[in-house]
Amino acid sequence: MKLEYLVAIVVILFAAQFFYGVANNPDSEFGGADGEAADMIAEMNPDYEPWFGGIGFEPPGGETESLLFALQAAFGAVVIGYTIGYYKGKGEKN
Amino acid sequence: MHIFEGFLPSPWWQIWFVVSIPVIMYGIYQMNKLVSQRREIVPLLAVAGAFIFVMSSLKLPSVTGSSSHPTGTGMAAILFGPAVTSVLSVIVLLYQSLFLAHGGLTTLGANVFSMGIAGPFVAYAFYKMASKAGMNFYLNVFLATAIANWVTYVITSLQLALAFPFEGSVFASFKMFALVFATTQVPLAIMEGALTALIMKYVVQVKSDVLVGLNVLTSSAATKLREAME
Repeated sequence: MKLEYLVAIVVILFAAQFFYGVANNPDSEFGGADGEAADMIAEMNPDYEPWFGGIGFEPPGGETESLLFALQAAFGAVVIGYTIGYYKGKGEKN
Repeated sequence: MHIFEGFLPSPWWQIWFVVSIPVIMYGIYQMNKLVSQRREIVPLLAVAGAFIFVMSSLKLPSVTGSSSHPTGTGMAAILFGPAVTSVLSVIVLLYQSLFLAHGGLTTLGANVFSMGIAGPFVAYAFYKMASKAGMNFYLNVFLATAIANWVTYVITSLQLALAFPFEGSVFASFKMFALVFATTQVPLAIMEGALTALIMKYVVQVKSDVLVGLNVLTSSAATKLREAME
């Protein structure tokens, strides 16, 4: 159980730094760090234009994007839970 | 975080494809071999891939007011090595670039290199060395995973810096990009390392023989870990 406690502490610390971050950056939208990097490229090279784009499906808005991210996470979580459960069940039968 | 579509000019996007493709091919070969010789690892391979899926979908906010996500590649690297991890990463990166407009097809080579090859490779090397040196298994998993995450972002910064030197200096540009990511990634990597260590604990608990078969643990180390749980 010791490891579980340690992980719980890390999770709590992580949550704490998030609230600390919210308090310190009240106007921040917590946008992606990748977007920040893209902005930096634009700043450093004002005439650089992304030379390629538009292949694939672009989520029409934040809500749909959240849905697709949630599906991605749910899919992964189901596989992990199923497999560990499968192993566990098999182990108990033997 | 992935480099956006179209954000790597020629010749950089081609270069990263050239570097990544042989590793991916070798990874596919290795994966096929593993799956055909050791059927029992298939579920674990699924877990490793699923873990990357979950982790890279979690956009977590950080203290500096930006968000980024863990990579989840540390676990796959420890279990199966960097080449197989690169194949799993390609699947996740394709999903994200095709359905979420995150990352891109032209930058796929570069993104696979940073997330699926460089990070996992360093994590794998670290894990093997620390495990030889007798480091505690969970601590080792924690550190290797966090390192995989950090290396990924260091390499991403380097890739961007090479393509976009600041006033002619790659190093100046590297420092700027690395700074953007560093503050977001440090807490994230710690979180990711802790979660991976916890999942590995459950794998040891329910299926330690597979870990022994994959040379992740020696059988004496596995026995010791299981005894410690009782």
